[in-house]
Amino acid sequence: MRVTNTVKAVSLACAVAWLAGCSSPSTTPDVTDATGSGAGAGAGGANSTGANTGGGISGSGIGGSVDVANLQTVFYFDFDQFSVRSDSLADLEAHAQYLATNPAAVVRLEGHADERGTREYNMALGERRAKAVERFLAINGVDMSRVETISYGEEKPAMLGSDEGSLGQNRRVELKYTSR
Amino acid sequence: MVSRVVLGAWLLLVAIVARAELVVEVTQGVTEPTPVAVVPFEWNGGSEIEDVAQIISNDLGRSGFFKTMPRANMLSNPYRQDQVFYRDWRISGNDYLVIGRLEPQPDGQVRVTAELFDVLQERRVWGQVVNGTPANMRDVAHYLADQIFEELTGIKGAFSTRIVYVTADSLGAGSFRYRLQMADSDGARPRTILESKEPILSPSWSRDASKLAYVSFESGRPSIYIQHLATGQRQRIQSFKGLNGAPAWSPSGDKLAVVLSKDGNPEIYVLTLATGQLDRVTRHYGIDTEPTWSPDGQSLVFTSDRGGRPQIYSLNLQSRDLKRLTFEGVSNSRGRMTQDGRFLTMVHQDSEGFHIAVQDLKDGRLDILTNSRLDESPTIAPNGSIILYATKKGGRGVLAGVSLDGNVRFTMPSSSGDVREPAWSPYLQ
Repeated sequence: MRVTNTVKAVSLACAVAWLAGCSSPSTTPDVTDATGSGAGAGAGGANSTGANTGGGISGSGIGGSVDVANLQTVFYFDFDQFSVRSDSLADLEAHAQYLATNPAAVVRLEGHADERGTREYNMALGERRAKAVERFLAINGVDMSRVETISYGEEKPAMLGSDEGSLGQNRRVELKYTSR
Repeated sequence: MVSRVVLGAWLLLVAIVARAELVVEVTQGVTEPTPVAVVPFEWNGGSEIEDVAQIISNDLGRSGFFKTMPRANMLSNPYRQDQVFYRDWRISGNDYLVIGRLEPQPDGQVRVTAELFDVLQERRVWGQVVNGTPANMRDVAHYLADQIFEELTGIKGAFSTRIVYVTADSLGAGSFRYRLQMADSDGARPRTILESKEPILSPSWSRDASKLAYVSFESGRPSIYIQHLATGQRQRIQSFKGLNGAPAWSPSGDKLAVVLSKDGNPEIYVLTLATGQLDRVTRHYGIDTEPTWSPDGQSLVFTSDRGGRPQIYSLNLQSRDLKRLTFEGVSNSRGRMTQDGRFLTMVHQDSEGFHIAVQDLKDGRLDILTNSRLDESPTIAPNGSIILYATKKGGRGVLAGVSLDGNVRFTMPSSSGDVREPAWSPYLQ
């Protein structure tokens, strides 16, 4: 849904920009925030469910249907920080909504750190990140018993490089459904 | 020593002999090392045997206390005292000379004789005869190097010790093969003592060098294990919800300091192994981790970010007095103390990155020993001469060494995998 919405939003923004005669629509980093508020309302994005049934997880409930297959499942963090970034909020809210409406669903939150800093400290940092996401889900109505957290510290990097791009990819929490 | 891994039905672990050998390259030496020549030992036993003289020479050279003479420059090759012409060794600038011979015995053993000469005073200062099997000639060589080192420096040699470390090989698609390896102090004879597709970290030696404690994720969660090195027998001792990490053996061997987050936050606990009793020793909402014991067992030294950035603190277990030990740079973490309790080595962060530093706990002076930017996991040789640590070279994790005065440096590049988390053994019993 995020991707779909982002694409839509960007396309729309481009169209608007084009119509307005603006030649530089390259403000993508902020576009995600702009679409955040559209996450709930954009349940219409779930119409792609039919095309995605292979790995798709969809649920419908009182809050409307949420297609978690299209949601972001990796959430990134700033260096040495464990607060959930604003660009993660929309999709986390959608996951929370899915969990709230699907009582059998269980998630595992895997916290990770980049290679800078010592290994056991990074183990603690990864746990803080996973718990920050867990707390966000709890605030959004998810029963804590349905959320499991684990930290891998810097032991399972997503990218092997030491450049800032790779390091940024490694400071993350991966959200995985262990039961749907 | 042969190590075996006991396979549980729920484990997917195999013990294999590793091919990856660490190769030591001395990259820098002390300003005034003592010149010594170790002459190839005599051997007429026929079959191939370890080059005992070369192993001794490498040990002495790596210690940084000595400059060893290349064989190609040697003018003669004496095996016995009556073949020694002191003038040859004096004009080539050597202060000391080591010669020796290996003799096959009727029972299949090898008798090794080594002798040390003072070139300037033209006298024999030391000699020893050791018997061993052809298979343990490396042990014999390290033993002799220890004796020569102590004879010449007055410091107990630590060549007959072991190191453990973790290697990780990327299998692609975010998957890795982790191995806990043990090797001689010079990196030779590596063998895998645990292998897993889940992370292994924080190996810690018991003071008698008979056991290791470490963290393994093999069950899908971090748990602390103890492995007996002689038998390979292992037991899982801690697996609470959350973190189970950073085990550190007490000097008395009956306790482990560990990090658990079962109460919601990473805190340090002392586990009494015989009874399973857990005593929580830190209480702070910050991260408290990486405990290590002071040599007298009275205090725990640990990393905490309670002051904002990670710094190293010391907690007296009796009085519960807490003292911050480090103040310089951006942060300091993962301390390890020398056996005399005088020096604290740590990972020191400055604006450039993470380096190995050593602090004199008497006067507080901090020396930054390395200038690479991703240095971590310092571990000190039991005689306090060398710090081994993990760093990155060419994008790969390697082990490197530096003397406490910063004058000697070497790297131990591995032929494969990413090497990290070295832990130097105590003296072997």
